[in-house]
Amino acid sequence: MENITNAITLVPLNHYILLSSIIFFIGIIGVLTRRNAIIVFMSIELMLNAVNLLLTAFSAYRGDAAGQVFVFFIMAVAAAEVAVGLAIIVMIYRNNNSIDIDLLNKLKN
Amino acid sequence: MTITQSLFYFLAFVAIFSSLLVVTAKNPIHSVLYLILTFFTLTGEYILLNAQFIGIVNIIVYAGAIMVLFLFVIMLLNLNVESEPQKTNLMKFIGIITGGIGLVVLTAALKSTDPSNTVVIQEVDMGLVKNLGQVLFKEFLLPFEIVSILFLSAMVGAVLLARKETK
Repeated sequence: MENITNAITLVPLNHYILLSSIIFFIGIIGVLTRRNAIIVFMSIELMLNAVNLLLTAFSAYRGDAAGQVFVFFIMAVAAAEVAVGLAIIVMIYRNNNSIDIDLLNKLKN
Repeated sequence: MTITQSLFYFLAFVAIFSSLLVVTAKNPIHSVLYLILTFFTLTGEYILLNAQFIGIVNIIVYAGAIMVLFLFVIMLLNLNVESEPQKTNLMKFIGIITGGIGLVVLTAALKSTDPSNTVVIQEVDMGLVKNLGQVLFKEFLLPFEIVSILFLSAMVGAVLLARKETK
């Protein structure tokens, strides 16, 4: 176990932040440029995962276990969110015969 | 360049590349498979940080449960067609510019901070199940119980929403 710890000391924290923000913004671009509701949803999962990675890196950096517990809670909330969200998508598909999000503008009028 | 360092950069490259493919793939099934690849690379990153519990939970919850849900919905709705309606090129361009500007702003803010130290793991066994379980069931007991209520209500909500309307 000791040699694992000594080997990890070489990646700067900035690189973790950069990696997380790149993945987060790829998720944002996915939400903004796709019309398929399922792919929009997957982009949201991507953004959640970027945040998880950042929390874990900070938690390891500070030596505080609370960050990893937060990641666990984020995962639990994400699982609940996926269950409800996919149910909503199934319902939209039943009503519209499509999951194109640009058709979902009925509240506009 | 030690082996952990090169492993970190390799995993980071694969994660960024496969998440780009998630966003750009035409077929939703391919998107799901690339997303699973992204989750596996992120699990690798967690294990490099010695956060073994989070790594295992990431595989079980994300790559296991959530992605199976996604695959089921895509296959049940028969959405694995490549003829998805596309946004106009202008809208795509605006979306990419917006996301890119956000990334540039964050990166510039990061540049202006002091150069960071390397990640030194303070407590070796912090990310192990034993230690995290102690923290979870002592300090975070109430949130943990509330999460179970959240799951119950999410389950009821999902069943209620996805049920066929009977008149």
